[in-house]
Amino acid sequence: MSSGHADDIRKHVKTYLMVFGALMVLTVVTVAISYLHLEVHEAIMIALAVATVKGSLVALYFMHLNHERKLIYYSLALTAVFFAFLMIIPLATNLDKIVQK
Amino acid sequence: MEIPYTVEVRPDTGLSNGKLGVWLFLSSEVMLFAALFSSYILLRVGSTEWPHGYEELNVPMAFFNTIVLISSSVTMVMAWASLKMNEFAKFKLYLGATIVLALVFLVVKYFEYEHHLVAGEGPSHSTFLAIYFTMTGLHGLHILGGIIVNTYLWGPGNKMWKTEPERFTNRIEIAGLYWHFVDLVWIFLFPMLYLL
Repeated sequence: MSSGHADDIRKHVKTYLMVFGALMVLTVVTVAISYLHLEVHEAIMIALAVATVKGSLVALYFMHLNHERKLIYYSLALTAVFFAFLMIIPLATNLDKIVQK
Repeated sequence: MEIPYTVEVRPDTGLSNGKLGVWLFLSSEVMLFAALFSSYILLRVGSTEWPHGYEELNVPMAFFNTIVLISSSVTMVMAWASLKMNEFAKFKLYLGATIVLALVFLVVKYFEYEHHLVAGEGPSHSTFLAIYFTMTGLHGLHILGGIIVNTYLWGPGNKMWKTEPERFTNRIEIAGLYWHFVDLVWIFLFPMLYLL
């Protein structure tokens, strides 16, 4: 193993520790926001936004999705499409509410 | 028969077979959990009332577990980085820490479950608790699976480091991908069940 390669990994390690710090801060933020007892809709939007940022950090840095082969992106894009379907279907049940006049 | 492309990348995919395989597996895992997330949304929007998670569940315990699981993801990636830097002793330390943290997560989860069950609040108690036990139970099984694989790689499986170090490093990377996924699922489960 060349020393240049090991130096690269050392740089990665610094990034991992920074991501770790960011994840800890965001976890505290998530819990702190919940104590504000916001409206349910607001609380859901904010909690999901923070969780998405945290999830993205894990996926991009720990799972190395910031530099990965195209084939993996293609398969994940396909998964994301089906995932979106599954999320939208239950929400769509709420769109045709019968309103009594 | 030799398993092909464990170290060198396959020319048409640009990946080792194990890595492509685990990503396809994780895609199917995304769909497995997505089905439950979808069910959760359906149950919630279809119900006339839904409890606040923080009134039903123990937020400090889950907050502690979130810290534990995120830390275990960091130690997992550090275990892989240690092998990349040829530091086997550090690898053992980091992977060992990952396993211990995973066990801590399960112990805390056990106390949470016990508290509910002793109070007679099983999955049949309410729709909320039914989906709570289903989702955290499935997640807990994933934690258990990760502990088994990581313990094998920490113990008897590490013999491969002496004979095929690159292949072993790839195994740790792949086990890590799975472990980070389990962490990622919890990052969404925690606010969804406990805080909203």
